[in-house]
Amino acid sequence: MEKDKLVIGGKEFDSRFILGSGKYSMKLIEAAVKDAGAQIITLAVRRTNTKDEENILDYIPEGVTLLPNTSGARDAKEAVRIARLARELGCGDFVKIEIMRDSKYLLPDNYETIKATEILAKEGFVVMPYMYPDLNVARELQNVGAATIMPLASPIGSNKGLATKEFIQILIDEIDLPIIVDAGIGAPSQACEAMEMGAAAIMANTALATAGDLTLMASAFKDAINAGRKAYLAGLGRVLTRGASASDPLTGFLH
Amino acid sequence: MENNFLIDSDELSETGLARKHQIENDPSARINHMEYLPGMDVIDSDIRYKVISEMESYDYSKYTGKDVLRALASDKCTIEDFKALLSPAAEPYLEQMAIKAQKETGKHFGNTVYLFTPLYIANYCENYCVYCGFNCYNRIKRLKLSMEQIDHEMQVIAESGMEEILILTGESPTKSDVKYIGEACKIARKYFKMVGIEIYPVNVEDYKYLHECGVDYVTVFQETYDSDKYETLHLMGNKRVWPYRFDAQERALMAGMRGVACAALLGLSDFRKDALASALHIYYLQRKYPHAEMSLSCPRLRPIINNETINPLDVGEKQLCQILCAYRIFLPYCGITVSSRESAEFRNGIAKIAATKVSAGVSTGIGDHEEKYNGEQAEDSGDEQFEITDGRSLGTMYIDMTEEGLQPVFNDYIYV
Repeated sequence: MEKDKLVIGGKEFDSRFILGSGKYSMKLIEAAVKDAGAQIITLAVRRTNTKDEENILDYIPEGVTLLPNTSGARDAKEAVRIARLARELGCGDFVKIEIMRDSKYLLPDNYETIKATEILAKEGFVVMPYMYPDLNVARELQNVGAATIMPLASPIGSNKGLATKEFIQILIDEIDLPIIVDAGIGAPSQACEAMEMGAAAIMANTALATAGDLTLMASAFKDAINAGRKAYLAGLGRVLTRGASASDPLTGFLH
Repeated sequence: MENNFLIDSDELSETGLARKHQIENDPSARINHMEYLPGMDVIDSDIRYKVISEMESYDYSKYTGKDVLRALASDKCTIEDFKALLSPAAEPYLEQMAIKAQKETGKHFGNTVYLFTPLYIANYCENYCVYCGFNCYNRIKRLKLSMEQIDHEMQVIAESGMEEILILTGESPTKSDVKYIGEACKIARKYFKMVGIEIYPVNVEDYKYLHECGVDYVTVFQETYDSDKYETLHLMGNKRVWPYRFDAQERALMAGMRGVACAALLGLSDFRKDALASALHIYYLQRKYPHAEMSLSCPRLRPIINNETINPLDVGEKQLCQILCAYRIFLPYCGITVSSRESAEFRNGIAKIAATKVSAGVSTGIGDHEEKYNGEQAEDSGDEQFEITDGRSLGTMYIDMTEEGLQPVFNDYIYV
């Protein structure tokens, strides 16, 4: 386990919990770092674009990698502009692409996401695209230089868990990049399940932000993610199908 | 019970007064409120038809507690559910509605509350809207700020820490033309991160121009969605043309604006029907322009200069709260603004349930921010559009919202 690192853009991380940016507060960031062990924290560039006293950049503890996102972008062009602005603001080279052309469900636009990923990867960004789990799109994102793939589990903020489980499993099986499950994870059990499946990390925000006890929920996520990771590395045991094993093997006629 | 809106000023000439009375008393002296005037864009849209047919067929007396409970138990809120939540049958379930609304707000907005301030730059108006302090027959001090004055006002506001501004004018395309407003918006871009406008409705080309000047959000209040009632309240001027006003948000979106806001002025007409239509206006706009950000306001009638008696009639705070909870449950993604027309106590409470944006440091007058913010007597100022209730400064609002357990946000927007 000690050597089990999450590697993104050549950078190593021990933690497999990433804090999302939807609902921000000092308390949430503190809990995510102290109790959930987060080493990567997402922040919306549009929120950093503010005056001194309200600047989220000041809330981010040292040693934590910033993952600016392009929320608010409606197409590739806007996402690219926001990513470049993030770099100018001193947020580093990591960028999470979020392109939404739907204000109701905030579902990502896969087509525009591919275009933005290609441009930004060429400019040396470590591009982490948020996407709807589609294998062809994931392959294309890999081809154009994405550093990870971040499929959604269910609509953002919904806490509905792994609604797209089967399709995320296909991405995990077929894509040679870290698959980070993003959006919709509402409970530690869901995070654990995704990790058992082979997800490389979990991004969550609302599940913590809306919990009754923030710090306790943060540590619950940490435990769940670790448990799921261990289970994945250990290899899940055999699950008996209904009716157990047939006593007369079907292939008994073969001599 | 109705408000008494018609007030005569003793400064009007005899012919002026005769003209005013004729317009008030003789419907045939008024222009057809359903007919576009020359030069007004006519767009191809079925949204108006959809909204109005739902509104006209809405019989809120037929809903029962059972319908309300079904709506509250459901994961999704259909239009039928929303109609039940707006009905009198939902009144006993206000607490349950608030609990559900709070959950939905939390899912979409967390515990954030956005802060902004309106800035009125001119109060000239060419319309006779009987309930409005700016109406052309109301005797008030008129003023239009120069660019230097606008710059100064904005500087004073920006120094208070505000990052989002809403620029307003009276509805006078001759005194405050699009170019004038555009120049004001360019100045606003220097001082603020986010610029919105609440001005008279304009054509697509003009919205495009204003967007280039730095505006991304357009607010237009329909006042009432009942066009017959509208006709009796908006007696003169371009604003009288009801369908042109209805299409304003769509023209703004066609011009590339990021977001739009709708509202009915509650107290003018049947508030349940107006609330239904306001929300459906948003609902159908969102379906047609899914990328756009949607927002609702919920203004209630307020007293104005020379008419202290104007009030929102049957729309009490409980009714307003019911409307806002119903809005939230039906449109979980929609921003909801509650203005300084409402009391501090109401705004503190509703921000925890459904509202996502409140104004602070508000003046509805012209050119008096220095006086209000720093106590320095203004050289010249223009009168207010209506009386506000909640006069809290940005600093006080910030502290109060934090104490309510909310996180005040100055800006969550980037102009791209």
